[in-house]
Amino acid sequence: MSLSPVDGVVLAELGAADSLVPVGAGDFVGRSPGQLAWARLRRDRTARVSGVALVVFFVVALAGPLIEKVYGVSPQAQFQDALDSFGMPLGYAGGVSGSHWFGLEPHIGRDIFIRMIYGMRTSLFIALAAAVITTVIGVVAGIVAGYLGGWVDTVITWVTDFALAMPFLITALAIVPTVTLRFYGPREAEPQSFRVIVLIVIFALFGWTGTARLVRGQVVSLREREFVEAARAAGVGLGHMLFRQLLPNVWAPILVAFSLAVPSYVTGEAALSFLGIGIIEPTPDFGAMIFRSIAYLQTDPAYVFFPGITIFALVLAFNLFGDALRDSLDPKSSR
Amino acid sequence: MTAPLLRVESLTKHFPVRAGLRSHPGVRAVDGLTFEVRPGETLGLVGESGCGKTTTGRMLVRLLEPTAGRIVFEDRDITHLRGRALRPLRRELQIIFQDPYSSLNPRHTIGRIVAIPLQVNGVNPAGGVKRRVQELLELVGLNPEHYNRYPHEFSGGQRQRVGIARALALQPKMIVADEPVSALDVSIQSQVINLLRGLQRELGLAFVFIAHDLAVVRHFCHRVAVMYLGKIVETGPRDEIYQRPQHPYTRALLSAVPDVTRLGAAGRIRLTGDVPTPLDPPSGCRFRTRCWKAQDRCATEEPALVARNGSTNLLTACHFPEEGPLR
Amino acid sequence: MARFLVRRVLSATLTLFAVSVLSFLMFFALPKDPVTGMCPKNCNAERLERVRQELGLRDPLVDQYVGYMRGIVAGRDLGSAQGGHCAAPCLGYSYVNSEPVTSTLSRVLPVTLSIVIPAAVLWLALGVGLGMISALRRGTAFDRLAIGFSLTGASLQLYFVGAVLLIVFVYNLKVVPVQHYTSMLENPAKWASGLVLAWVALAFLFSAIYARLSRAQMLETLSEDFIRTARAKGLAKSQVYGRHALRAAITPIVTIAGLDIGGALGGTVITETTFGIQGLGRTAVEAVRGGDLPTVMATVLISAAFIVVANIVVDVLYALIDPRVRLQ
Repeated sequence: MSLSPVDGVVLAELGAADSLVPVGAGDFVGRSPGQLAWARLRRDRTARVSGVALVVFFVVALAGPLIEKVYGVSPQAQFQDALDSFGMPLGYAGGVSGSHWFGLEPHIGRDIFIRMIYGMRTSLFIALAAAVITTVIGVVAGIVAGYLGGWVDTVITWVTDFALAMPFLITALAIVPTVTLRFYGPREAEPQSFRVIVLIVIFALFGWTGTARLVRGQVVSLREREFVEAARAAGVGLGHMLFRQLLPNVWAPILVAFSLAVPSYVTGEAALSFLGIGIIEPTPDFGAMIFRSIAYLQTDPAYVFFPGITIFALVLAFNLFGDALRDSLDPKSSR
Repeated sequence: MTAPLLRVESLTKHFPVRAGLRSHPGVRAVDGLTFEVRPGETLGLVGESGCGKTTTGRMLVRLLEPTAGRIVFEDRDITHLRGRALRPLRRELQIIFQDPYSSLNPRHTIGRIVAIPLQVNGVNPAGGVKRRVQELLELVGLNPEHYNRYPHEFSGGQRQRVGIARALALQPKMIVADEPVSALDVSIQSQVINLLRGLQRELGLAFVFIAHDLAVVRHFCHRVAVMYLGKIVETGPRDEIYQRPQHPYTRALLSAVPDVTRLGAAGRIRLTGDVPTPLDPPSGCRFRTRCWKAQDRCATEEPALVARNGSTNLLTACHFPEEGPLR
Repeated sequence: MARFLVRRVLSATLTLFAVSVLSFLMFFALPKDPVTGMCPKNCNAERLERVRQELGLRDPLVDQYVGYMRGIVAGRDLGSAQGGHCAAPCLGYSYVNSEPVTSTLSRVLPVTLSIVIPAAVLWLALGVGLGMISALRRGTAFDRLAIGFSLTGASLQLYFVGAVLLIVFVYNLKVVPVQHYTSMLENPAKWASGLVLAWVALAFLFSAIYARLSRAQMLETLSEDFIRTARAKGLAKSQVYGRHALRAAITPIVTIAGLDIGGALGGTVITETTFGIQGLGRTAVEAVRGGDLPTVMATVLISAAFIVVANIVVDVLYALIDPRVRLQ
């Protein structure tokens, strides 16, 4: 991805200034490519809408406990009296009412709305943490491999291939119970946070490869550019070269990749719940909710609807925002 | 005569080609180059595209590793210098690049670009780095207030000036200018060349000026070396080269320089054929395949770069050099 | 080219090797004791120990690993309870399924292949076709619809789509039977009708992604100068787009498609679970849960092999399509 120079804008004057004018604080500061991109992003309507949606999601997730206080219902409370003899929620649309905005779960009778809020909290936290960690690992690996080439590149590329070849779901399936057992014996209860950490680690082990490949490709094409040679001729060290010269030129695809990685971890975590190794009950979790709801697709479709629509909206917002981000960073790209 | 600042002896660069399992010496980009540059002197290195001039330039500033030969700078053998030992050299020998659009990091302000050589070499000039950068910007004809602007806000000529400012930052004794004006409009070319000339005189810089435009070289250089297919075929003081060149190739090159005062193709020497491949250059004199004077001797014996026909400063690598003034 | 292939194959072999070691080690860290599951009645400790001996579970880990790997290459002898001599490629004996692993694989592998390959054909044709056409008709209603389709598909999940498809087509409309596998050779019609929903679900989700991808690629290619030149030269639209543009735009798609297909072949766990089809993925999951080491090793190795081979194929294709790559 290249940042095409905005050519032809002649702003500097030729000819020597007669005296050295000190550059004061109020002087015009040029707009960096980053600032230009941000301006473009702000103008894009899709970006604004999806960006706002994302902010809403995040705020809601963060404010979970606060919302619970206002809403008045806890995620663990079971309202058995609102279920009929079959365990199905009474009333329309799975028990939607003034006090239960999204209805109740069949059989267990917990409030769907507040569980979804908390579920989003967990999912977004895991997804964000995983995205940050994998992006950092991927970027470092990619830049080092791309710039240094040679055996370093060969080794890192091989490790990437290896991580890609190991089947994710099966490995996750094997690792999660194993690790849990190592730390907590068969009779001990596993704390919440532990499972969260395990899941993040699993994503981190597998997820960095995409970013690494992407960044490596970018750096390989960048390192032939003359400004890299100029930096070498000036005598810069390796760290400076990697992180001050090269990195600022690759953050565009990194940012886009990050924005698309977060939803993939949300759905990935849901997939793990599907297999039964996601967040453990009774902690609310998106994936687990959707998984359980599918069994009630015919009998209580509202149960499927609310979490399903929410996760759809969340992923859609991320996708739209990621697209808009890509467009703002590369003005030549086509929508 | 003062000792040469830079002395290059039999400098060679081969780029290996991996074709199948046979090992091939590869592209013989530069083959046995020998020349010197005195302090404050400008040497023009001219030739067609692909003759090896850029490769030579890169080797001089140690961006490329020579295959053979020696580079001696200020009596120090710098041929295979690298790492920490290379640091002090960077302050003496700098480079200006050809492409103003890719030689500046698009993410850095021009102030930062010029400041980086100072910062990474631990140079702290009196008054601070920022002030020095502004001085440099002013020196190359840019407004020092534009310290915080980004390369994309400048034109090609201005960017090239930034590149020059960057090269000057460490106060080098010598600058390798790799086709510094080739990517610019003709009118801007003259401005930048005049700037370089002014700087050269004012700061006493030595230059290795790599170019393919003979008119520009004439304007700027004290001495000229003509390259063909990785070898120097002729070298000498500027006036000798331009007025009394002896090598057929030099004559052909000069005859091709367009001159608006002279219309028509009178006196134009046309070379037939293509430049041979540097993978397998012709034996003996490399120019013989396109030379109208070629004889058997040219294929068997490679002509040495020596003074011929009684000239004192002009070295020519040809068995049958031309005599007399051009045209 | 030959050098390149040799290097890639070596690297691939090393990868598979590493995968085998890792999954072997991983398995032995698993909490589930395979032997207790085998005994139908409550066996006493002595009997369990004897079984363990016979299965070679008491041997040092290295020996077990080497034995397993050697079996793949040259075949080996298993105990009588496991069927005696096991010819190469010997993937061991699954004491959970009570059959040689090779038999299990030969049963489930065609299933996964039958799910993935037709789905891949569908999603490539649909996705790339949609993407290319919408690139050519940029800005029109068709384009907007295509974009909408892509975004929707890219934001949905397989289990959701699968469940909806099941509800609608199997349980309500009853046009499609409960999804299951019948060999294509036996009865093509039943084979198709038994897998069609899986194909549709996969194709929908993947084609959305590929539509977006091809559209972006095509648009980028179309803006290049050489396309303008081709049109200016007077070439017919179909020639310009079909031959020149397509070829240039297709390379990254080929790469990603290859990797996706390779990965999918490795086990479409979610698809199989959603539709209740016993394929490679589900077998692998059950093997892990059941503590069935040989099956786990075999399925992991096969999945990894698919991905690794897909990588090599993609590289070769890339070199074939893009002549610039060959010169490296």
